[in-house]
Amino acid sequence: MTDAIRAEGLVKTYGSTRALAGVDLTVPAGSILGVLGPNGAGKTTTVRVLSTLLSPDAGSAVVAGHDVVRQPVAVRRAIGLTGQYASLDEELTGFENLVLIGRLLEMPRREARARAAELLEQFGLTEPGARAVKTYSGGMRRRVDLAASLVNRPQVLFLDEPTTGLDPRSRNQVWSIVRELSKEGTSVLLTTQYLEEADQLADRITVIDQGRVVAEGQADDLKRRTGSQTLLVRPGDARDVPRVSRILAALIGGEPTVDEDAGVVTAPVDDPVLMSALVRRLDEDGITADELALRLPSLDDVFLALTGSPAERAADGRSADGTDGTDGDARSPMNERSAA
Amino acid sequence: MSAATAANPVANPAASAPAMRQVGLGKAVGHSLTLAGRNIRYIVRSPATLVDTIIQPVLFLVVFVFLFGGEVAGDWHTYLQTLVPGLMVQITLYASVGTGLALNTDIAKGVFDRFRSLPIARSAPLVGAVLGDVVRYALALTVLLGLAFAFGFRVQTDVLSVLFAVLLVIGFGLTLCWLSVLIGMVAESPQAVPGIAMSLVLPLTFGSNIFASPDTMPGWLQAWIEVNPVSHFVDAARGLMLGGEVAGPVLWSLGSMAVILAVLFPLAVRAYARRARS
Ligand SMILES: Nc1ncnc2c1ncn2[C@@H]1O[C@H](COP(=O)(O)OP(=O)(O)OP(=O)(O)O)[C@@H](O)[C@H]1O
Ligand SMILES: [Mg+2]
Repeated sequence: MTDAIRAEGLVKTYGSTRALAGVDLTVPAGSILGVLGPNGAGKTTTVRVLSTLLSPDAGSAVVAGHDVVRQPVAVRRAIGLTGQYASLDEELTGFENLVLIGRLLEMPRREARARAAELLEQFGLTEPGARAVKTYSGGMRRRVDLAASLVNRPQVLFLDEPTTGLDPRSRNQVWSIVRELSKEGTSVLLTTQYLEEADQLADRITVIDQGRVVAEGQADDLKRRTGSQTLLVRPGDARDVPRVSRILAALIGGEPTVDEDAGVVTAPVDDPVLMSALVRRLDEDGITADELALRLPSLDDVFLALTGSPAERAADGRSADGTDGTDGDARSPMNERSAA
Repeated sequence: MSAATAANPVANPAASAPAMRQVGLGKAVGHSLTLAGRNIRYIVRSPATLVDTIIQPVLFLVVFVFLFGGEVAGDWHTYLQTLVPGLMVQITLYASVGTGLALNTDIAKGVFDRFRSLPIARSAPLVGAVLGDVVRYALALTVLLGLAFAFGFRVQTDVLSVLFAVLLVIGFGLTLCWLSVLIGMVAESPQAVPGIAMSLVLPLTFGSNIFASPDTMPGWLQAWIEVNPVSHFVDAARGLMLGGEVAGPVLWSLGSMAVILAVLFPLAVRAYARRARS
């Protein structure tokens, strides 16, 4: 068995809504798959089918070597699930929640308690672990919920929007936990609306929209698929923005995009040679650039190109940071030449 | 008896055949007991549950005995004697509302989904909730009887009869808790559960012979009280604790239990299975 998850043609219909209209996806053992999609794309439905909570109307899926419809108990033995919303017993303490799960997994009492304490420590929750969950902040709840899905040391882990609503610090903490688990051999399927998250964590990305897979591949593949690259200039003096814009317009024969607030001018380019021409023109005009980069399109751009609508994250105010896409793209192989 | 009814959904192939083949009965019982333990912990942990099981019996006893006792029976001592066996039935019925509420809360909070993602018997959350409730009924009855004895309630029969009365009443609670489960499974939200449940429980308890003798009531009400299973359980409990006819009411009680179970249990289990699948 080389695939931790293999789903073919998953269909799920609610009344007249086709939540899933034939989803195929594969997660090779030990890797992380990011499932990316806007609200209502079918991410949660996919996770619920794969984790045996929901039976598909059509299609099949094998998780950890077992069929999700025919061998649900075997699948459940091998998986951990952190749903989109916390699923903890509010009246019990964090510790008691984890012990309860350990006991249901047939661990002896002592082992269940030891495992609970170990997980709480790992997540930096030893102290609040003794309080009732109803007194927790959203971030604490999320982390205990994540811990709850790890009690059985799952082979395959499902995380449905694991960092939604977390502050950047908690988010980074969750990311490093996921990376750590992956390093230890856990296969992970995580859904996200945060393009950066998929870019940062996932080995491969499956983009879904309206219940269908619209793209699949490595982050860089996906970015390359939208074709052109983006040239970005940030003049040292923000007052130079209009001049830079004019220079760039003349070079590419089109209208560049100007972000006044960020003091950044960007333009799609097909010919990387334009870069040196631009550097020369800026030099001649005595304009210094704080940032000058040729980069692959951000996943935001990819998403726009693939689904025909912008990713909703910026609009609904859920994004924490990194929305400008520059930090994620700095790692792309072919860019970031600074001229100064 | 409780174990037999409770274990039944495990054996019901319609509930979840593939799950069943892989989770043995012994393990299923273990999962159910673990979850029953969680529900018992709730009795102490959650203030609402504590009010339901402890304050309610106290309140009912005090209010009815001292407020209406003199009016209904001439003096409150006499009223206390006839009221206590009836209140046992009423308190247990009220407590059974908690079963559906707890299950629906688990669904709303996602706890149910967490359980369902674990390799445990599908029926375990249901069986665990019901088993945990036996403890709740017993606790409520203990509070009620303890206070009643303090007020001067005196049993006219023997300990064994009282024990039988208590078991019979708990059995009734276990029967009607399937109504509560059904409500809990179809209700949209936890907030909706008590309202629906109480609108069914109120006519059952107040439209009975618990609080007053039906002799002075209009004919249609007497007819209802006559068929209301609660009245038979009250008669049985009175006979067992105060003396008087026992065999007839007990047979009526067991018979109505069987009928109610035959109707409600399959409905409740089907509603549960549907909710557990969606
Ligand atoms: N129980 C349900 N009843 C009816 N429709 C549903 C149900 N669950 C999901 N849907 C519909 O199925 C579609 C996919 O929903 P799903 O929850 O999988 O989306 P999602 O990608 O997880 O979205 P979000 O980012 O908002 O969590 C949506 O149109 C949703 O309205
Ligand atoms: Mg979702």
